[in-house]
Amino acid sequence: MPLTQEEVEHIASLARLRLTEEEKARYGEQLSAILDYMAKLKELDTAHIEPTATVLPLRTVLRPDTVRPSLLPDEWLANAPEAEGQMFRVPPVLGVGP
Amino acid sequence: MALIDLTLHEAAALLRQGQLSSVELTEACLGQIAACDGDLHAYLTLTPELARAAARAADERLAAWRREPAARESLPLLTGLPLAVKDVLCLKGVRATSGSRILNNFIAPYTATALQRLLDQGVVVLGKTNCDEFAMGSSTENSGYGVTRNPWDLARVPGGSSGGSAVAVAARLALAALGTDTGGSIRQPASFCGIAGLKVSYGRVSRYGLIAFGSSLDTVGPLARTVADAALLFSAIAGPDPLDATTMPVALPDLSQLEAGPGERPLRVGVPREYFVAGIQPEVEKAVREAIGVLASLGAEIVELSLPHTEYALPVYYLIAPAEASANLARFDGVRYGSRVAQDNLWDQYEATRAAGFGPEVKRRIMLGTYALSAGYYDAYYGQAQKVRTLIKRDFDEAFKRVDVLACPVAPTTAFKIGEKTDDPLAMYLEDVFTLPSSLAGICGLSTPCGFDQHGLPIGLQLLGPAFGEDRVLRAGYAYEQATSWHKQAPPRREPAGKPGAG
Repeated sequence: MPLTQEEVEHIASLARLRLTEEEKARYGEQLSAILDYMAKLKELDTAHIEPTATVLPLRTVLRPDTVRPSLLPDEWLANAPEAEGQMFRVPPVLGVGP
Repeated sequence: MALIDLTLHEAAALLRQGQLSSVELTEACLGQIAACDGDLHAYLTLTPELARAAARAADERLAAWRREPAARESLPLLTGLPLAVKDVLCLKGVRATSGSRILNNFIAPYTATALQRLLDQGVVVLGKTNCDEFAMGSSTENSGYGVTRNPWDLARVPGGSSGGSAVAVAARLALAALGTDTGGSIRQPASFCGIAGLKVSYGRVSRYGLIAFGSSLDTVGPLARTVADAALLFSAIAGPDPLDATTMPVALPDLSQLEAGPGERPLRVGVPREYFVAGIQPEVEKAVREAIGVLASLGAEIVELSLPHTEYALPVYYLIAPAEASANLARFDGVRYGSRVAQDNLWDQYEATRAAGFGPEVKRRIMLGTYALSAGYYDAYYGQAQKVRTLIKRDFDEAFKRVDVLACPVAPTTAFKIGEKTDDPLAMYLEDVFTLPSSLAGICGLSTPCGFDQHGLPIGLQLLGPAFGEDRVLRAGYAYEQATSWHKQAPPRREPAGKPGAG
């Protein structure tokens, strides 16, 4: 079942991706073909199968709660596109978005 | 033989004997890079100053070691050996792009554990190698910095995503390299370039300092010209790391001798029939079947068996890996690192930054993963994929009750032409059909050369082993390599542009 233009726009918005009209059309078509292929998984009855999120046995890894050296604030800020003092600087956050 | 043709073991022996210096070896590699990498484009960032400094330091340690017999044994075998590193692994103070434009200016603030362990043993890092953007691809064509070319035929891809590392090793631009394998990204380029590549078990090698793609699948491993060299690098990087809670406290096997001991029981080799199906290039099937014949002639017992859920691995992988990627790549938002497209509010800035910074395949996978995780579709796609992942893992669990290793092709074809599959994502995904199941199961696998097709392109044999059974695939691969000479063939030597070859 092909994805609608609205669905493509909704996914792009969830993923914080701005797409051109051409990209919306192309990704809509390609994702529809890929998802059709994925429908193959519905052939299998998995009602009594546990999901695998990780192949490793679940275990708790603990370490002593001691102070250790870490990077200094300036080192973390070194890659920031924009910084002010010891903070990352961004444009207004409130009152924007869909 | 030229210095750049030396294996790690051969070069280490010469360094210890004082017949070769690390500086000479490093300069030979840098010279070959200067001569050939304009055509091949294996490297994204070269680190010649760091390399020369490390080589000089290694030579001092080697000299001290030779002078002082009491200190012997304590000098790591890797001391002074020049390597390449895939650009998804961080090296402090050096640019790390992950093949993405969004990390064009990112300088790594710390070093990946796997790489740090090699540095602690005295290796020389020549530079960071090209790869598909965020390791998403099977051809290195998805790099934001241009394609890497296959040294066996410049019109063809080197495989991916660790294409730059594979080319660096095959074309003698490094003695060996580190790569990463999430769904085949070490094994398939190793196969396409005619070298050895080891995909380690999930949990065997630390992922700390690796730019994450699919966190339940990502592994760090070696690419080298021989199985013994791959084993040497594996032994150096493996083992628990307090900085990665998924590394498991499993004892490391001693891999310093890979020969089978006297009186060892014959190896049981499983041949999964689902890996020999319509669509596979006939020469690939023939070469792999002949390789299995070689293993039989060495005394292995060959057992035909079935991994019934193999055909579901591709849809499972292309739901789980993009789902994990869509979450991991949320961090690239133009706030803390990476490039930013400035806008007057944060929402617009996120969207504009990510639109400009990510390439088409990364956007496609973020979209796919976001869809699979979104409300209303989670159970049908992501949930079902995780359950089928359980069935795929069980197939392998059952198989390894009967056999020691599995033998099969690495990829259905040899290296394809640049541009051949870029317009058809599904055709590209099918390249991974024989490497995805083992990645989903978290087991280990080795790719090693087993022949050439009619165009002279390398074919790879894949040996799969159970989780934490790297010793099995390395020993089986070593036995095969000792009985054959495919790994000794090198791609055509390239001469500096504008300087005719001396013949």
